Amino acid sequence: MLLTITATRNDGLADPSDLGYLLHKHPDRVQTFEVFGGTATVAYPEVTVERCTVALVLEVDPIGLVRGRRGRNEGFSLAQYVNDRPYAATSLLSVAMGKVFRSALNGQCKPRPELVAAPLDLRIELPTLPGGAELVTRLFSPLGWTVTAEPLPLDPEIPAWGDSDYCTVSLVGTLTLADALNHLYVLIPVLDGGKHYWVSGDEVDKLVRAGTGWLGSHPERDLINSRYLARQRDLIDEVRERLTELDGSIEPAEDPVHREPPLVRLRHDAVIEQVERLRPGSVLDLGCGPGALLRRLLETRGVERVVGTEVAAGALEIAAKRLHVDRMTERQADRLDLLLSSLQYQDRRLVGFDLAVLMEVIEHVDEDRLPAVVANVFGFMRPGAVVVTTPNGEYNALYPTLSEGGFRHVDHRFEWTRAELAEWSDAVAARYGYSVERFGIGTEDAELGTPTQMAVFRRVEEAAA
Amino acid sequence: MSEATTVLQVPEVSLVVLVGASGSGKTSFAARHFRPTEVVSSDACRALVSDDENDQSATADAFDLLNVIVGKRLGRGLLTVVDATNVQPHARRSLIAVAKEHDVLATAVVLDVPPAVSVERNAARPDRTFGASVVRRQHDQLRRSLKSLRREGFRHVHVLSSVEEIEAATFERTRLHNDLRDVTGPFDVIGDVHGCRAELEQLLDHLGYVVTSDAKGRPVDAAHPDGRRAIFVGDLVDRGPDSPGVLRLVMGMVGAGHAFCVAGNHEAKLSNALSGRKVTVSHGLETTLAQLEAESDDFRAEVARFVDGLIAHYVMDGGRLVVAHAGLKESYHGRASGRVRAFALYGDTSGETDEFGLPVRYPWAEDYRGQAMVLYGHTPTPTPEWVNNTMCLDTGCVFGGALTALRYPEREVVQVEAAETYYEPVRPLAPPERDPDVLRLDDVLGPRIIETTTMGRISLREENAAGALEVMSRFAVDPTRLLYLPPTMSPSDTSTLDDHLEHPEQAFTHLARTGAGQVICEEKHMGSRAVIVVERSGAGVVHTRTGRSFFDAATERTVLDRVAAAIGTAGLWDELATDQLVLDAEIMPWSTKAGALIRQQYAAVGAAARAGLGSTLEVLSTAATRGLDVAGLLDRTARRRADADAYTAAYRRYVWDVDGLDGLRVAPFQVLASRTETFQTRDHLWHLGIADRLAEADGDLFATTGRLVVDPTDEASAATGAAWWEELTAAGGEGMVVKPLANLTRRPKKGLVQPGVKVRGREYLRIIYGLDYTEQENLSRLRDRNLGRKQSMALREYALGLEALRRHTSGEPTWRVHECVFAILALESEPVDPRL
Repeated sequence: MLLTITATRNDGLADPSDLGYLLHKHPDRVQTFEVFGGTATVAYPEVTVERCTVALVLEVDPIGLVRGRRGRNEGFSLAQYVNDRPYAATSLLSVAMGKVFRSALNGQCKPRPELVAAPLDLRIELPTLPGGAELVTRLFSPLGWTVTAEPLPLDPEIPAWGDSDYCTVSLVGTLTLADALNHLYVLIPVLDGGKHYWVSGDEVDKLVRAGTGWLGSHPERDLINSRYLARQRDLIDEVRERLTELDGSIEPAEDPVHREPPLVRLRHDAVIEQVERLRPGSVLDLGCGPGALLRRLLETRGVERVVGTEVAAGALEIAAKRLHVDRMTERQADRLDLLLSSLQYQDRRLVGFDLAVLMEVIEHVDEDRLPAVVANVFGFMRPGAVVVTTPNGEYNALYPTLSEGGFRHVDHRFEWTRAELAEWSDAVAARYGYSVERFGIGTEDAELGTPTQMAVFRRVEEAAA
Repeated sequence: MSEATTVLQVPEVSLVVLVGASGSGKTSFAARHFRPTEVVSSDACRALVSDDENDQSATADAFDLLNVIVGKRLGRGLLTVVDATNVQPHARRSLIAVAKEHDVLATAVVLDVPPAVSVERNAARPDRTFGASVVRRQHDQLRRSLKSLRREGFRHVHVLSSVEEIEAATFERTRLHNDLRDVTGPFDVIGDVHGCRAELEQLLDHLGYVVTSDAKGRPVDAAHPDGRRAIFVGDLVDRGPDSPGVLRLVMGMVGAGHAFCVAGNHEAKLSNALSGRKVTVSHGLETTLAQLEAESDDFRAEVARFVDGLIAHYVMDGGRLVVAHAGLKESYHGRASGRVRAFALYGDTSGETDEFGLPVRYPWAEDYRGQAMVLYGHTPTPTPEWVNNTMCLDTGCVFGGALTALRYPEREVVQVEAAETYYEPVRPLAPPERDPDVLRLDDVLGPRIIETTTMGRISLREENAAGALEVMSRFAVDPTRLLYLPPTMSPSDTSTLDDHLEHPEQAFTHLARTGAGQVICEEKHMGSRAVIVVERSGAGVVHTRTGRSFFDAATERTVLDRVAAAIGTAGLWDELATDQLVLDAEIMPWSTKAGALIRQQYAAVGAAARAGLGSTLEVLSTAATRGLDVAGLLDRTARRRADADAYTAAYRRYVWDVDGLDGLRVAPFQVLASRTETFQTRDHLWHLGIADRLAEADGDLFATTGRLVVDPTDEASAATGAAWWEELTAAGGEGMVVKPLANLTRRPKKGLVQPGVKVRGREYLRIIYGLDYTEQENLSRLRDRNLGRKQSMALREYALGLEALRRHTSGEPTWRVHECVFAILALESEPVDPRL
């Protein structure tokens, strides 16, 4: 992994080799440093009266890097061993810069203090910078850099594969060295796409320190913050507040990552409306996800028992955390159970509920395995009522970003039209002795209906009683 | 009140309740006759819950605990002795309830010691602070209890009325009548006969029995020349033409030790009728009674004795076989109680009746999860079918169906058609209601143990099962079509050669050590592992090693059509006498399945490496011309730059374009199973021979697999093997797999031998261990790899895979196959170095 910085003689820098003073590294020496992940070498390939180039070469030890780490999934964890860390400019380079060029980053230069504030004519080269040419330009241009980003082909012998995410980048501009280094220090990990090894409160300090004076007014500020901090909301909020204090110029912005799409809320409202109408004492949320609906169900009067199921143990842990189960009173906690279960298997614990909710679940089941799920829910669990919500595929025509015939989520196995849901739900109701009503959820289009559709089943003998 | 005897009999599985005042010597009596773990004492429980065995305030909690322990032990079928005073009826009542709940008999042993003796003994113990009055009160209570013990529910009551009698008493553990675990097969288990004597004679003849007749030509016995024995599931009588004839034959066989017979509900009713109890004469009993009228008094008396003495169920063959007329749920196996007998005779009835006026029976077999095979009759069904390791053998012979026998342990059905319809059925014969394809969460989740034929019991951890649940539920193909998942395979032990991590030498040594004999080296194709389940019609599925669909639906159909056609052309459908084959194969190119991974992971890293190292090389060269000492770094960078090219070349070999099926290559290397047979004992040349014939039949689709047989104990032969591997891998091959030529190999005492070890090529390993793993400083660290866990996993998964196939080919229900397949996936979620 390589970074070169070239300074050309200008008014502020009469002798380009003075770059050595700014960096605290002598131009005629080769110096090595032990850094996180490997060894950094600093050497000057070119020192003339016109120009001075410094190179930072980082040799990453890929084996040392993954020692003691343990993967869980074969396909992905192999990525730990065959990965771009030793070759691309990633957060490891940032960490190495932080150690090797620390005083330059902090704008300190005791022998030549006047150089610190001097704008230098700089050219920075990064042969393998991840993130894509477009984002590289968006991040560096507003800071006064002229950006050239040349994408690297994935494999020159297989042109059909196209370009990789890496670019050979050169940045040309007149800036102080400290600013230039701080830009790199923050933006390299941002381009690396949140592949940080860890994020802690400490990172906030580093970001605030390195971003002072430029990050607050950067048009991509929120993107930078969220990617640098690996999308941890409380850290993002903290850095925004602290930057506001420091720069005094930032109005609160909406968090782009955690904004809840209104359709989700409308869906919850629609389901809760059915709960209020059906007045069940016990409710089963099959495929409860992180538990947003569970929270609403727990708030609903008359619902004495709420059970959420998920097929992934990790999802249940998240739900328990989001619902703060560990801080619930005994009486509250007694109303709620989170169970690892699967719709493909009969689970006796799920029999005898008043209402089962399948909210945005069935479209994640392969159509040829759906009958088994239906038999399980309607035939085996036999709740008094079942609420099913699922996307209305017709409405997709109104989503401009969706390709023809594409689905709203990569894991969707189907997205039914209203007629398809009607046919399916009528057949299910007839076979298992339920009545069915159908509703739309969301803003209705005169031709294409609503974005989400809902079927509400009621067991017939109950309805008659 | 029973007489005091010196030998006290207690059933092997039972509850023994000691009754005696404080100081009567219960604890030392129990210690003399029972193992310490068999005795549950109220004092000990009091100490456990309160730290003080005399703390009377803890009594309620102590007895709660005592009841729990007693219940757990009885649930597990263990003899349990309660050491407490038990002089009060309410204390005994809760113990009787626990015994009833677990369907075991309770025995009371009363230690009736004169109060003076007890008082004296208590006085000698400083921790016993209560006075003589307490002991006297307890003694009074004991005396009052004696009359009522049997009424309270104790089957046996032993009273020891003096210190001498207590001293002299010994215990004998008796087996329950239903316990025939020491009786082993082979057996022929015969369904409901209902007086169809002619069909029974014919069936016995088919089964190979020689029937002997008395002077009047009436069959009175049948014996099998190989010593096989018959087991009748009951309902010998009623409705049919010759119930006395059937009884004469079966009683003769049972009497001669050639058969066993459990009671059917019709025998129970006949027994009542013959002993003069009031019964409603219906459902064919009228026929039997009329037929018996023609018999002698002696014969009738003999019949009465026989039907009265019939046991309701038997546990046989080391607990592997249970026979009961109407079936028996697992918790009732080997137990004795009214409800166990009722279940065995009448099934799981709720008292309701259906539209034909017959009792509604709950389909207990659907819920059955026990290890023991349960064979039963009672409910006429059109065809005998396996439901969770149970089979109903009543095929309604008397209703014009067939008389059925099952050969055990062969699991082979033998039938004789009824000569005529002797009796019109009240309700039509119906198949069992259970859908064998329905899976239950407790089939797969929680800590589980799976019994395999090749490796015995394999335990699965709960968290592993949880890990597999999502993959299986959300991404795998329909479980009814998922018959097998391939096991993981361990690499050979790490090579000691300078620039190799793996080399054939270690694989040969490993297998030579196991004494596996000749080994076969098979070319390892670098594609994606696939299991192909194909039917003659072209139906079936192609799935990956985690059970996902390999292709989209349309491609899958085309591939399966081609595979089915090739199998046909090769003549294998007929040769293997099957309409379904399960093949283990590699499908190439790798890019078919892993295209995105190759581009996003492998190609991208290659691009970064070439550019990053290339630029570094230039910059360092420039620095060197300035006279800076960067030689070491420059040299390393140049080598790593070359490694990047070698790496890129390595993955490129496994990438090519596929258009439809054009360019797609399928390399089968094992025939896993036909509809009824598995092939793990056919040697690998047979398997590859089949693959060759497929390649001959359809050379565009099928690729052959290179092979070489090597004697690992012969140096020259091993060297040839190593050279062959060098040649393969130099040409860009992934490497080879070394397997025992004979296939499934077992070492005495040490168990299964690895079914194969892989030896991967030096260049191929760059895409596993990293671009420059061949650098000495990297290799030396990478050599430190732990194969033990991988090898153990490989064996367990292998055994589970074979078990899944065995169950599938023996027609077991989906859930039984699925639990093995699921277990393989669960083991795969265990954290193991993915580079192995």
